[in-house]
Amino acid sequence: MIEPKRGIPQYLPKNATGIQGFDELSYGGLPRNRISLLKGGPGSGKTVFALQSLVNAARQRDEPGIFVAFEERPQQIIANAAGFQWDLAALLRRKLFFMDANLSPDVVQSGEFDLRGLLAMLQAKKEEMGARWIVFDGIDVLLTLLQNPKSEIREIYRIRDWLAKNEVDAAIFTAKIDGHASAIANYGFLQFMVDCVIQFESRLDCGVAMHRIQVTKYRGSAFAKGEYPVSFGSGGMEIAGPEPAEIQQVASGERVSAGFERLDTMLGGGLFVGSSTLITGVPGTSKTTLSGKFAEAACGRGERTLFVSFDEGADRIVRNLTSVGIHLKPYLKSGLLRMYSGRTESVAAEDHLVKLKALIAEHRPLCMVIDPLSAITKAGGLAAARSVANRFIYTAKERKITVLVTAINEGDQPETEATDLQISTIADTWIHLSYLIRGGERNRALTIIKSRGTQHSNQVRELILSDAGPMLADVYTAGGEVLMGTLRWEKEHEERAKTLQRRSDFDQKRVSLELAEADTRARIKALEHDLERQRVELAAYFSDDEARMVSSSDREKSLRRIRSADLAGRATAGTATPREKPYGSNGSRKSGKKNKPEARDGS
Amino acid sequence: MVRKKKDPGASGPVAATAVVMVLYITDSGPNSVRAVANLEAICKEHLQDNFRLEIIDVLQYPLRALADGIVVTPSLAKLFPLPTATVVGNLSDKSDVLRALGIVE
Repeated sequence: MIEPKRGIPQYLPKNATGIQGFDELSYGGLPRNRISLLKGGPGSGKTVFALQSLVNAARQRDEPGIFVAFEERPQQIIANAAGFQWDLAALLRRKLFFMDANLSPDVVQSGEFDLRGLLAMLQAKKEEMGARWIVFDGIDVLLTLLQNPKSEIREIYRIRDWLAKNEVDAAIFTAKIDGHASAIANYGFLQFMVDCVIQFESRLDCGVAMHRIQVTKYRGSAFAKGEYPVSFGSGGMEIAGPEPAEIQQVASGERVSAGFERLDTMLGGGLFVGSSTLITGVPGTSKTTLSGKFAEAACGRGERTLFVSFDEGADRIVRNLTSVGIHLKPYLKSGLLRMYSGRTESVAAEDHLVKLKALIAEHRPLCMVIDPLSAITKAGGLAAARSVANRFIYTAKERKITVLVTAINEGDQPETEATDLQISTIADTWIHLSYLIRGGERNRALTIIKSRGTQHSNQVRELILSDAGPMLADVYTAGGEVLMGTLRWEKEHEERAKTLQRRSDFDQKRVSLELAEADTRARIKALEHDLERQRVELAAYFSDDEARMVSSSDREKSLRRIRSADLAGRATAGTATPREKPYGSNGSRKSGKKNKPEARDGS
Repeated sequence: MVRKKKDPGASGPVAATAVVMVLYITDSGPNSVRAVANLEAICKEHLQDNFRLEIIDVLQYPLRALADGIVVTPSLAKLFPLPTATVVGNLSDKSDVLRALGIVE
């Protein structure tokens, strides 16, 4: 029993089957104490489902079960199930009982029979081993033997009553009912009587068998309505149940390198941990090289990495990557890197998913590459491949694996990718690689079409491969066209030459300006000298003049003294003041004479 | 639970050697009651006392029946003479039963 899920109407107690995906789509499993009918054509997975439910009940919850085989011999069923890791041998000792209910072809039938004896035997066995689950596998075979529609109904009722009385946790009938045709006359009645009907289907989808499951009836309970893909892995059947409507993935803010520095710069610092990156491009645009670089960088950080390739051997990839300076061999040896090469011919997309999940469970990678993911569309329908691609991305996100997948698009328009696998919408980062042919060259161009939550570059870069690994170069646009390769090289040279020219021009100009400045300075200096000389001359001239004036006034005084004339009144008024001044400031005149040479020295 | 039937007044073709049979029934179920009656009639007519019949009530001995590989009831197992044979049903079709027992009418 599992706890009823919150928010989902639940009227019936249920038993979990433990089959991945089924308990989700049936909101809990099979109805408790009721009969569930598994119907479908031969080879559609009914028996596996039924047996797996028993195995899970026995192994996970220690609930023993009885498997009544009407159609196949138990030995056959056990042998068929050996491919699954169920450890049936251990269970057979105590937890699982196979009842061989095959009527040998030699058995003669004479008149009517019933299931009283069978149920009595089952009851004894059930009590002996404490069984809680019962499977009636191939009940259609038994009912057909009854030959009489009335007997069929009677015996079905007999089983139902017996099950109700014996409180069997879950009873599973399987019946070969293909579509609407049935060998059982009371097929309609059987469907009516049981509480849960699960339809199994196996059909060819573009040459590859696709298994599907659909709950068509579930009395008293809601269930996911729809057909869900079924795949078979080592753990048994797996159903791609409905994805939870609400996505509850924790977004990490941590970044890891996408492979090399310039790409990280373009991505605004690298890829988010647990994000998914899609690299698209036509063949030969270095998708594998970028994948390899990503893997190498991951291993370099010491992170377990899984590299899945399709239709190309791991050895060959490692060798090819070595030529562009990507060395994966040491990591393969240390076990940090696991490489797996799958075939795609006639392998259903669902089976690829099972394999991928198994690889993830086995290697527990932190980073993962699938190159190319678009290979899963090779066999089978596109719709199935899309669903698988989507579910793979979700699976990886749930496990916080940083994923890089590549996809080949045949045209050179990135938009065409959207019509193919349609993973570009769920991938967090989308890098597109293309060729640009110009000037007789084919050059690789890298564009980041989107990168969620990142300030990514919108510029086209040229992707250059060398034995030092991939690197990115700026591209030039000239006349509205992107320049790459030789043209870019030429342009770069031109730019470099221009820069050099500019620099030398500048230097020249600077020197000449400096010279001019020095010249001017020199001239200023000379002029200053002149100025000084002139000042000195001027000062000298003044002092001579004063000396002259003093001597002339002295002469006048002495003359006046000599003549004793009072000529002051006759003398002009204008001359009186200058006469007064020299007398009044006799002392200062002397100091003035003294001061002048000092000032002259200072200038 | 072994019953031996002996009836000297039987007629018709009889088995050459003693026939060993086990009939698995479920107590008083209608098919079981009918099967016992039908088998008794056949034995009386064709085997006289040249047979050994064991009747097992599966309701009482379910694990024995399970071990014997019984699926439905009633079931009649002829163990001897070889080859063994099994007849299921209430044995209402006498000719089928005779053929299974190796008695040709």
